[in-house]
Amino acid sequence: MSDAVVEATGLRKRYGGTLAVADLSLSVRRGEVFGFLGPNGAGKTTSLKMLLGLVRPSGGRGKVLGAALGQRRARERLGFLPEHFRFQDWLTGRELLHFHGRLFGIARRELESRTEQLLARLDLLDAAGRRLGTYSKGMLQRVGLAQALINRPELVFLDEPTSGLDPLGRLLVRDVVKDLREAGTAVFINSHLLGEVEATCDRVAFIKKGRTVHEMALATASDDVSVEVSLGRADRETLSALATLGQGANALQRLHGDGGSRDADEARRSEAIEPAVAGCRERFRLRVAGEEAFPAVARLLVERGVALYEMRLARKSLEALFLEVMGEDQRPG
Amino acid sequence: MYRLLVITHLTLHESLRKRVLLAALIGGAAFLVLYAVGFHFVARDLNRSPHTTLLERRVALTMFTLAGLFAANTLGVMAAVLLPVDALSGEIASGAIQTLAAKPIRRSEIVLGKWLAHALVVMGYVSLLIGGVLLAARLFAHYSPPHLQQGLPLMLMESVLLVSVSIAGGARLSTVTNGMVAFGLYGLAFIGNWVEQIGAFADNVAARNVGTIASLIMPAEVLWQRAAWSMQPTIMRQLQATPFSPASVASEAMVVWAAAYAAMALLLAVRGFGRRGL
Repeated sequence: MSDAVVEATGLRKRYGGTLAVADLSLSVRRGEVFGFLGPNGAGKTTSLKMLLGLVRPSGGRGKVLGAALGQRRARERLGFLPEHFRFQDWLTGRELLHFHGRLFGIARRELESRTEQLLARLDLLDAAGRRLGTYSKGMLQRVGLAQALINRPELVFLDEPTSGLDPLGRLLVRDVVKDLREAGTAVFINSHLLGEVEATCDRVAFIKKGRTVHEMALATASDDVSVEVSLGRADRETLSALATLGQGANALQRLHGDGGSRDADEARRSEAIEPAVAGCRERFRLRVAGEEAFPAVARLLVERGVALYEMRLARKSLEALFLEVMGEDQRPG
Repeated sequence: MYRLLVITHLTLHESLRKRVLLAALIGGAAFLVLYAVGFHFVARDLNRSPHTTLLERRVALTMFTLAGLFAANTLGVMAAVLLPVDALSGEIASGAIQTLAAKPIRRSEIVLGKWLAHALVVMGYVSLLIGGVLLAARLFAHYSPPHLQQGLPLMLMESVLLVSVSIAGGARLSTVTNGMVAFGLYGLAFIGNWVEQIGAFADNVAARNVGTIASLIMPAEVLWQRAAWSMQPTIMRQLQATPFSPASVASEAMVVWAAAYAAMALLLAVRGFGRRGL
């Protein structure tokens, strides 16, 4: 059995003369949390709708849970929370879950038990008997998430799951996603909140102008790891030795108070990297191949007797990566 | 089939909570009260008048009962168009349909489930109105029109036909456009029927043909016309003694066409909704 729960190759969607999605190619594995990122109008929602069978692709191939796009046997095993979850506002929260559960053909006793379990998990038990029309936006988002999970899905599509939620609500959703991953459920998250994606996703794909342009694992993005140190007195030889532990040209950078940096060569040319004056601290960033470099840097600095005030492993933020991948032309305005 | 019934169940609940149904029920109740009061006085005068012949009495009661049924039919037409007008288009516009269509349910089950619920509600509404009219006639004049078993199914069929058209429009059009198209088609059928009657009365073949074409485009009004024709005594049909005794009555073939039309509208709804992007 294939490990992929979502496979898309060259999926395309055209609306008249407008190409909404030019080339959607990605793969989501069983049990992973996958982030789908892109600026407004990049084709994220259309892509999601194609994968769910809500929109018929104009070209390309795709499979969800081993079935062709839109097949009912796949829909039996997936859950979906749309970005703008709408509902029959005269139903109570409990009735809504019962209704959606019946569409999956879940037996009555099991459905009642599953409903109560989800209401409790999403902190909605007290409001379960109230009409949805009286719910706050955050409560609606949570009951929407509950309906997406009513059938114990193997794959869940969440479109902006934390929009409209307060910090506590976001934490709750994050915990639910964590539980799903632990239970082996794959989660496909479409979100603008990069911090949320960074905190929950194992892998991400970036979509730009209807094309998937970059796909990467978040936890093992070794090329984006660096070691940041705050040093006391360090001579030029120490800094040169430190640079040899780094990866790529200009691996060592001096960090300035304004958050900016200059590479070591440039600094050396301008004699900016001088031994620190006694009592002064300076911060450096060393781009390294991976986490393994961390103890080597510490050992070198200790052996050379350099005062080490602070040392931490830093990764490039998803936001920085997003801007890098999307480029300046995707900035609004 | 089970999922279709789940949709029907939900839609029935939803329909019963709609304000438009409440408005229709209030309007229907007001009509029935006025009608009953009117019938009471008409029947009283007919009974008191020593000069009224049996035939005149029969003509007056038939005409008044058919007028009540005509009003019930018109209210039913409005309910049949307005109640399901946003059944699909409203949920498509709001996005509510996405959650539903992502479930393991055929799109045809969504369409047919909604159609069944609305057809039941509208048929129930029309039956209540017809029942009220017939009850008033029975109570105040001990009168019942003949051949009800032929006429009433045709009236209910007209309601179902218009529900099907309204559902079909909602599968492809916005709510407002759908309402305009459905009422526009009904208006065409209504005017077309009058043109046909005038053509038949004046023996103008061209006018009759125009009316027939209009009835083929929307065979709703001809069902009422045939229902009204069948629910009056034979002599009144022949004399064309009431406004409901048409000079040209719809054939049985036209009734079959109306049934086929409703089925085709439903098929178009299923196909249209099945193919559209949500």
